[in-house]
Amino acid sequence: MPHDHPDHDDHLSPSGHPYRPDQDTGLSYWQVMEIATRELMIEKGVVTAGEVAAQVEAMDARSPAQGAAVVARAWTDPDFRERLLADGSAACAEMGFDVGPMRLIAVENDAATHNVVVCTLCSCYPRNLLGLPPDWYKSRAYRSRTVREPRKVLAEFGLDLPEDVTVRVHDSTADMRYLVVPARPAGTEGMDEVALADLVTRDSMIGVGIAKTP
Amino acid sequence: MPLEPGTRVRVKTMTPPGHIRTPFYLRGKTGAVERVLGPFANPEELAYGQDGRALPLYRVRFRMADVWADATTPTDTIDAEIYAHWLEPA
Repeated sequence: MPHDHPDHDDHLSPSGHPYRPDQDTGLSYWQVMEIATRELMIEKGVVTAGEVAAQVEAMDARSPAQGAAVVARAWTDPDFRERLLADGSAACAEMGFDVGPMRLIAVENDAATHNVVVCTLCSCYPRNLLGLPPDWYKSRAYRSRTVREPRKVLAEFGLDLPEDVTVRVHDSTADMRYLVVPARPAGTEGMDEVALADLVTRDSMIGVGIAKTP
Repeated sequence: MPLEPGTRVRVKTMTPPGHIRTPFYLRGKTGAVERVLGPFANPEELAYGQDGRALPLYRVRFRMADVWADATTPTDTIDAEIYAHWLEPA
C-alpha cells in the first residue's frame, strides 16, 4: 500500500523506494512561459485545450514500433533499403509514416561501421518514429561523452566494438533526424517482416545497442 | 554554389550571441562535406521571429583526431549539420 508521508524514518516507501518529493517549489520561468503561451493561444482560438491534451496524449502514445517496421522492411526489401538510405523521409512516407517537419537520415550499420546518434545541443530525436526519447538520451553525460569517448559510452551500454569497426557519431545539430538501421542478426533468414520487427529495439535504432537475436 | 561533397572546410571560430546551432566543440575544427542538405532557413534568425534566410546546410564529417588532440581512435568520425555561413575553406 503506497503512501506519501514525507517524514518516514528511513525515507523509503514500504516497497523500498525513496519518496519522490512533492513539487512545491513553484514554477520555473519556462513553465510560466509555456502556460502563458498556451492560455493565450486557447483564448485567441488558435487551439483548444482539448486539442492540446489530445496532442500530448498522441505524443505519449508513440513507441519505437514504426521505426522497427521501417528497419524490418529495409532488411527484407533491398530496393526499399536503397530508397531509405537515399531519402529517409520519403521512404517512411511510403509506409504511411509521417516523420514530422524535420528530414530523416537513415544510417546503416554493417561489419565495418557502427553508427550512433546524439544531440549535443539539446535532445533532437526522431520522436514520430521512435516515441519519446529515453531520459538518458537527454542527459548531459550522454550528450557530452558520446562525441568525446563514444566507444566508452557504447561499452557501458554493453557494446564492445572491435577496433576494426569504425564508429560514426551523428550529432543531430539542425534540421535532420537520424535513424540507425542496425545490422540484421544472423539466423533470421526465414523470418518475415513482422517477426523481424520484434527484434529491432529502440536502443539499436539510436545506435547504443544491436538488434536482438531470435 | 553549394560546396561539393568532399570539400575540406573549417568551422568558423566566431561566438555570436543568440540561438546558435553550431556546437562549440566543433568551432575551429576541420572536416569534409559529407553531403549537401540545404537550403534551410537560418535558425539564428528564426529564433527571433524573422523569416530566416535560406542557407545551404551541410553534413560535415570530422575525424576524431581533428576534433580531440588525444583521440585514441583517430579514424572514428563525428558528423554534424552546419549551416553555410559557419564554414570557410580549409
